[in-house]
Amino acid sequence: MDKVNFHFEIDGENFTSAGEASVRIKKMLREMGFTPEIIRRVSVAMYEGEINMVIHANGGEADVNVFCDRIEIILADRGPGIPNIDLAMQEGYSTAPDNIRSLGFGAGMGLPNMKRYTDDMKIESEVGKGTTIVMTVNV
Amino acid sequence: MTVKELANAFDYEILCLPDEAREIRGGYAGDLLSWVMGKLDADSAWVTIMSNVNIIAVATLTDPSCIILSEGVSPDEGVLARAEQQGINLLSAKKTTFEVCADLASML
Ligand SMILES: Nc1ncnc2c1ncn2[C@@H]1O[C@H](COP(=O)(O)OP(=O)(O)OP(=O)(O)O)[C@@H](O)[C@H]1O
Ligand SMILES: [Mg+2]
Repeated sequence: MDKVNFHFEIDGENFTSAGEASVRIKKMLREMGFTPEIIRRVSVAMYEGEINMVIHANGGEADVNVFCDRIEIILADRGPGIPNIDLAMQEGYSTAPDNIRSLGFGAGMGLPNMKRYTDDMKIESEVGKGTTIVMTVNV
Repeated sequence: MTVKELANAFDYEILCLPDEAREIRGGYAGDLLSWVMGKLDADSAWVTIMSNVNIIAVATLTDPSCIILSEGVSPDEGVLARAEQQGINLLSAKKTTFEVCADLASML
C-alpha cells in the first residue's frame, strides 16, 4: 500500500528546539487535510515521544508513515533503555532530573498520554541498547 | 471574547499578539507540560507560570487562543520571537493564577 514517509533526526542536546519535528508533522498533516482531532492525537503523542528521546535518551530518530487508513509514528533511540516498562507507563512515574523538572517536564504523564492518544502503542527496550516505540493512529 | 478584549478588560500586558481576533472559548491552568499536553483544549486560554521556550512548542501543538503568564512572570529570552513566529498570542498578568482564572471565568 502507498505511504508517505517523513524522517527526522532528533537532537539530544538542544532543549530549545525540542518538539520541532512534531510541530513540522502537525503542519504537514494539516496541509494533507486530516481532521483537527487526528492531528492533535498524532502531534501530542509524537511530541511526548520526541521530548522523551531528548530528555532520557540523548536524541534519536523519528519516522512518521502516513498510510490511507492509519498514521504510524516510530521513535528509535540508542539511549539507556527502560528497565521496567510497566512501571514507566504508570502515571506519575518519572526519573527526570531536577534541572529538567524546572522546565515543566517530569510529571510522568508523557508515556500515558502517548498510550491514550493512539490506537496502538508498542515499546521495545533493552537496557544499555536503546528504545523503539511504535504508535499507530487509525484515520 | 477575543484575546484582545480579554487583555483590555483586565489590563493584562500584551507581549505579542500575532492573532488578535482569536476567540477564547475555555481555559486551562497548569505548569507541568505533559499535563497541559493532555488537557489543554484548542481555543482555550492557557494560564501558566512556565516561562521557557518549550511552552511555545506545547501551544503550537495544542492550539490555545493565547498563553497568559500569570504571577508577574516574564518570558525567557527567545520566547517572544518564537511566539511571534508560530503565531502564538502571549499575555502577561501581575495577578495570581487563581485570579486570572477568575477573570476568565467571569467572561466565558
Ligand atoms: N526513550 C526513553 N529512553 C529511556 N527511558 C525513557 C524513555 N522514555 C521514557 N523513559 C523512562 O520512562 C519514564 C516515564 O516517562 P514519561 O514520559 O511518562 O514521563 P517523564 O518524561 O519523566 O515526564 P513527562 O513526560 O510528564 O514530562 C521516564 O522518566 C524515564 O525514566
Ligand atoms: Mg516524558
